[in-house]
Amino acid sequence: MSDETGAFGPFGGQFVPETLMPALAELEEAWAAAQADDEFGAELGQMLRDYVGRETPLTFAPRLSERLGGAQIYLKREDLAHTGAHKINNALGQALLALRMGKRRIIAETGAGQHGVATATACARFGLECIVYMGAEDVRRQALNVFRMRLLGAEVIPVDSGARTLKDAINEAIRDWVTNVRGTYYLIGSAIGPHPYPLIVRELQSVIGSESRDQMRAATGRLPDVAIACVGGGSNAIGLFHPLLDDPVRLIGVEAAGEGLERRHAATLSGGSPGVLHGTRTYVLQDRHGQITEAHSISAGLDYPGVGPEHAWLMLSERAEYVSVTDEEALEALQLLSETEGIIPALETAHAIAWAAKLAPTMRPDQTILIGLSGRGDKDVEIVRDALAVRGETQDAAPP
Amino acid sequence: MNRYAAAFAGADRPLVFPYLTAGFPTPAQTNELVLAALRGGAAGLEIGAPFSDPLADGPTIQRANTAALAAGATVETALDAARAVRAGGSDAPITLMGYLNPFLAYQPSDGGADSGTPADGVGLPLQPIAAAAAEAGVDGMILVDLPVEESDPARETLAASGIDLVYLLAPTSTPERIAAVAQRAAGFLYLVSVTGVTGARNELAPDLREFVGRVREQVDLPLAVGFGIRNRAQVETVGQLCEAAVIGSALTTTIAEAPPSGRVQAVERYLEVVTGRRRDESG
Repeated sequence: MSDETGAFGPFGGQFVPETLMPALAELEEAWAAAQADDEFGAELGQMLRDYVGRETPLTFAPRLSERLGGAQIYLKREDLAHTGAHKINNALGQALLALRMGKRRIIAETGAGQHGVATATACARFGLECIVYMGAEDVRRQALNVFRMRLLGAEVIPVDSGARTLKDAINEAIRDWVTNVRGTYYLIGSAIGPHPYPLIVRELQSVIGSESRDQMRAATGRLPDVAIACVGGGSNAIGLFHPLLDDPVRLIGVEAAGEGLERRHAATLSGGSPGVLHGTRTYVLQDRHGQITEAHSISAGLDYPGVGPEHAWLMLSERAEYVSVTDEEALEALQLLSETEGIIPALETAHAIAWAAKLAPTMRPDQTILIGLSGRGDKDVEIVRDALAVRGETQDAAPP
Repeated sequence: MNRYAAAFAGADRPLVFPYLTAGFPTPAQTNELVLAALRGGAAGLEIGAPFSDPLADGPTIQRANTAALAAGATVETALDAARAVRAGGSDAPITLMGYLNPFLAYQPSDGGADSGTPADGVGLPLQPIAAAAAEAGVDGMILVDLPVEESDPARETLAASGIDLVYLLAPTSTPERIAAVAQRAAGFLYLVSVTGVTGARNELAPDLREFVGRVREQVDLPLAVGFGIRNRAQVETVGQLCEAAVIGSALTTTIAEAPPSGRVQAVERYLEVVTGRRRDESG
């Protein structure tokens, strides 16, 4: 893996129109300077502590562990971070970087709206102009988050091209950036896109894994046997995994199998193939003509037909495993955690819980699983209610 | 002499290179529209392979891409258009233009084993399209999302089939980047006239002259200017600076607005006007 060229084995790189290349070079330089500057680190550290509420707790899940009857399960509580998910770690860090670069116009893409809300929050905090591109279909589905962003002072622009979802919002954000490149900062929301974005987002999210490492040691005297996180673009997963790469910890990324890998899904690594999308070479969902196909998941945050290039490399090099769980399994897992621990996870996060629920019973009670609890589920309760109503399980849906 | 050199050596400048999205409005009509553009005075052609995510394109060409894909167009549609041009006896240079992913995925319609592995980059997987493009009579390829830093494997793969990799430069390109392109470029250079996406504009970029000057300092190849050109006056202005003008969105709009039975005539006539063969009577 190379921090200099943005290559993760044969993945990563910078596949963007010529107009943007100088902007990427400028970003690389600014990021390197910020990394080397103690003041940037101190300012970010203070914001993470006083504004975001870090460090986030590590919570032992006794009733879930007991119910599953195997490994002891620990939860890294990103749901308790300001705005309710890990997204704020990245949004704040990049907003600080934009300030250093003197760019006061921030653009972002959002799918479900979580990254849009995090970016709008950071921009409000720093007094930056904020424009969020969101697929028109997502604007319709996520009206409440659109309102949140507007409340925070952001302008939300519905995108009517293509399938009118996240990938089209990214296309439109890149078009804005190409047009207004000299004064605009593109605040990308996941560990995707051209170099140096996958690197920047990883570094900003690595606070998750670094804290977890120390907390697991303090709580159990050692590192976990397994770390599990959900993967859409893969920012919370790479943040959890990266500080553990050199340790004897089994790393498992859980993708969204949607209706099943033979039907509509968003499991890019499990069910896709190598290609170039949004400036990076990685795994993508595509047809045999190289056209990008639509992703599907009940969880809007995992609904992306690409994946961060470092995950593609971790899979190819066999350092991490990538698996998938269906909409159905994620819904069951959401209920399981809610009932056993009093924590309603985001639907994205529920995918990681679902895999842990499969794995834990095969492990010994003296072993541990660390789950990246990437976000809280308040935003999803309507979708969950509707989905359970369809299944006639609104009242009680006891897990296996 | 290759077809680019022949075209730039012969004619009055500027040459006009129309851009057409293959498969728009339908794959069945693509060949006759391409031939109409040549009859109207096009000195060369840029044929676009449609892509689901054309992130450097404005609304007009986005819509053309979406419509072409909905109508069943593929990379093969663009190659068919090139074959039709050569079958018609024309030696106008043809540039196949598009985004990397459909070209990386290309396999000839007669099948052929999928030889790619995940470890391949973006060089080797272009071998099938390079061979097919050469066979179809294509002279060069523009890969919109392949900057010079990533381009060496692709350029070598294309060159092995006799296809030039045509590079793009933008107003934001630094002297270092222009130099890197100058070392590698063949055929001609495509100058993106504005910082922005494709689309017809009322005014040419004011800093175009300065931009062209910076490129000329380092590059001897013919220059084509594209993005934002729509009428004869703009073509003439470009002609004072460069060897060729590329017209895409305005031509696409012309096709979109013509009645289905009048598209061929509309393309021919539009080319006659922008090449100066016919005075624009519409004002």
